[in-house]
Amino acid sequence: MAGPTRDHSAGGQPDLPRHTRTNLLRFITCGSVDDGKSTLIGRLLYDCKLLFEDQLASLETDSRRFGTTGAGQLDLALLVDGLAAEREQGITIDVAYRFFATGRRRFIVADTPGHEQYTRNMVTGASTAQAAVLLVDARKGLLTQTRRHSHIVSLLGVRHVVLAVNKMDAIGWDRAVFERITAAYRAFARELGLEHVTCIPLSALTGDNVTSASPAMAWYDGPSLLQYLETVEIAFPARSSAFRMPVQWVNRPHQDFRGFAGTVASGCVQVGDPVAVLPGGRTTRIEQIVTMDGVLEVANAGDAVTLVLSDDLDVSRGDVIASADDRPEVCDQFLAHVVWMGEQPLLPGRPYLLRLGTASVGAQVTELKYAVNVSTQERVAAKCLARNEVGVCNLATDQPIALEPYRTNQAMGSFILIDRMSNATVGCGMIEFALRRASNVHRQKMTVNKAARAAASGQKPCVLWFTGLSGAGKSTIADLVEQELHRRGCRTMSLDGDNVRNGLNKDLGFTDVDRVENVRRVAEVARLMVEAGLIVLVSLISPFRSERLMARSLVEEDEFLEIFVDAPLAICEARDPKGLYRKTRAGLIPNFTGIGSPYEPPEHPDLVLASGTEEPERLTSHVIQALASRGIIP
Amino acid sequence: MREVAAQFRNPVLLYSIGKDSSVMLHLALKAFYPSKPPFSLLHVDSTWKFQDMIAFRDRRAGELGLNLIVQVNEEGVRQGIGPFTHGSAVHTDIMKTQSLKQAIDRYGFDAALGGARRDEEKSRAKERIFSFRSPNHRWDPKNQRPELWNLYNGRVSQGESVRVFPLSNWTELDIWQYIDQENIPVVPLYFARPRPVVERDGALIMVDDERMPLRPGELPEMRWVRFRTLGCYPLTGAVESRAETVPEIIQEMRLARTSERQGRVIDHDAGSSMEIKKQEGYF
Repeated sequence: MAGPTRDHSAGGQPDLPRHTRTNLLRFITCGSVDDGKSTLIGRLLYDCKLLFEDQLASLETDSRRFGTTGAGQLDLALLVDGLAAEREQGITIDVAYRFFATGRRRFIVADTPGHEQYTRNMVTGASTAQAAVLLVDARKGLLTQTRRHSHIVSLLGVRHVVLAVNKMDAIGWDRAVFERITAAYRAFARELGLEHVTCIPLSALTGDNVTSASPAMAWYDGPSLLQYLETVEIAFPARSSAFRMPVQWVNRPHQDFRGFAGTVASGCVQVGDPVAVLPGGRTTRIEQIVTMDGVLEVANAGDAVTLVLSDDLDVSRGDVIASADDRPEVCDQFLAHVVWMGEQPLLPGRPYLLRLGTASVGAQVTELKYAVNVSTQERVAAKCLARNEVGVCNLATDQPIALEPYRTNQAMGSFILIDRMSNATVGCGMIEFALRRASNVHRQKMTVNKAARAAASGQKPCVLWFTGLSGAGKSTIADLVEQELHRRGCRTMSLDGDNVRNGLNKDLGFTDVDRVENVRRVAEVARLMVEAGLIVLVSLISPFRSERLMARSLVEEDEFLEIFVDAPLAICEARDPKGLYRKTRAGLIPNFTGIGSPYEPPEHPDLVLASGTEEPERLTSHVIQALASRGIIP
Repeated sequence: MREVAAQFRNPVLLYSIGKDSSVMLHLALKAFYPSKPPFSLLHVDSTWKFQDMIAFRDRRAGELGLNLIVQVNEEGVRQGIGPFTHGSAVHTDIMKTQSLKQAIDRYGFDAALGGARRDEEKSRAKERIFSFRSPNHRWDPKNQRPELWNLYNGRVSQGESVRVFPLSNWTELDIWQYIDQENIPVVPLYFARPRPVVERDGALIMVDDERMPLRPGELPEMRWVRFRTLGCYPLTGAVESRAETVPEIIQEMRLARTSERQGRVIDHDAGSSMEIKKQEGYF
């Protein structure tokens, strides 16, 4: 998004106008279901006299209709619980943003849900917050949820934490209880490495210590919550670090102007500064800093500008322009914390899209080292990550990108993962460090290449990928096709699912995680064989679209034919050549494709073979015709 | 906005002629300078807008040399749909919501930039900046894409689209302060003048043209009024004011005791009416 103004006073909030950016605190509120978050925010708005008359009037109506605080009382939580669905259930289910201001400062509050199944929403709210207000119910003390929320807050690098001990009215304003909770929390926060922790006893219901000091708790001499929020120091770490600007858009109005538009992510840059364009690494200087309000001498973190470079380099969206003397790393493998948000679990080896800054590249988790129990901080062995789980993993991208550890530079160390099929945002991550092995392994360029080998053999190498249910006839048809190709003098190789599992993939089972790895290995072997100049016939159930897409992406577009061997489940089950359906129905095989485990049929296969109705010989001739029409065989 | 230009095939800027749209247009000019914004402006004209708005729209588009698409639901016009005859709910649905969907389908837009802000209304507070819409334009508040840091996911399949709200985190006061700071032109209706109004159901409605039927006993009188928000004139209440300049408006806002949408008739239909309209595809 475009930053609205050029600005020299503050950074880090490019989506807001200048006068707001200068003294703005973004904070997140989190707590368990009944800790009273929404009531607290409602109370802040109410006591700051920030509600308009028409809003108050509609609050009175709503309180009568949905209120949980009793007759004649305003239910302040209704001010914030926006969506109809939540009003009915009485809980907050998404991130809601609220805006308010006092004479001293302006605030944006991200109100996030407390349930464990909404960890992802809290992560979303925390990603842009400078402070976190954690609510605990004084009657209940620290809960598993408090620990989980604190962990997330520390993971996302939120600097300031307030422990708001709510419902003090319900325990007779008892100081001893407050101190017990506080001591326990401070010990816990130390373990997590949370630096700035403030504990405040309050009551959202009565308003004590929310906006002003509480007469009922004279023993407490710290700030009220509002006083704290108005005065907590806001640092912009992005301003002191090295210059980085991810290129958003190439600005080319006419032949004589070529600029690179972006928002400065960190540091500052001056006309004449030496810069490097990454991942390529070419260096040049800043020729001009262009804005509609005239050219600038300097651009700072948060400024939306267009940079003109001294040399005519090939720069495109996704590249990073960085200080030449202090560059980010360029690599294609790194270690990161990943928070999973997708409905389907994260599977190592599955191809996703990764977006970091403005770069968008293919990526996969190559190794899931462990999952983290966010409530206890324990490391747990894991093969996949379910929604709301956090893990530490190695990731590999399909091309090098510029990046930095999240701790050093948030903008260069944060990324999201996108599902290639649904386009949904399924995960996010914070980079710990780049992996050296990435930069030390270089691809060897061979003189005799695929084209040379193919020319020698007089054929066009390719992969024929037969996918379909067990018993659909994949191996039978592949075998017939290979016989025919062999008869015509083609050089072929066959990779059959069952045979591969007796050797190369002997160590793999039939869980989703292992199926993904099974397909990945076969796809890599098929790729090598295409390089060797062969026509490769793969017969593999390969139930998931993502992995078939990945297999396709390993070779050239015209070197891959997805062939859907399409027979209805009932027919496959009636055939049952290996007796597997019988065993499955007897409960002996849990993850059988089509019954206990899904099969995702191809959306745009290159060829569909109706193997339920047509004879294998006829289907074979369809395949041969398709190969001939594509010029793969004469 | 640059993210939209870079990530989408065929984006459009929804230009409603109001103050938020004026700010959006100004930001677009700045974001792409020295290029022109790489998208058209789309105005969904309900045919009941204030005359001043239409004049302002045509003048601005001409001055800036931008492509302006004016979308009118012709079917609605043929049926004679209007707020006086059909009520605000039907009028808004046919002439705005349905009309917008028609335009998006007709031109194949995959992204529509709008000036909505989270501070306007409760259900807007949960709207994403990149807000995903299904091929039939539905918004599913329970199944929104998470939005982290400033990383926006604009990937859509054929037929799907995204509504983008760059001003999500601005408040009404921010808008006016920015208009002041950048000297952005806005429709004169925002400034107080003596205007012919009638008081109806607690709102001050301006008699903008002869289509407005007067109820028995109603007599238009000249009062000093201005508008905090602009829409269809029969559905938009004025406020009494003497604020004739931007700084005077800002000063008035600091003392205001009612929210800006208070003058909007459609928000009051039922408790969750905005959320329901949005699920159906209203902006």
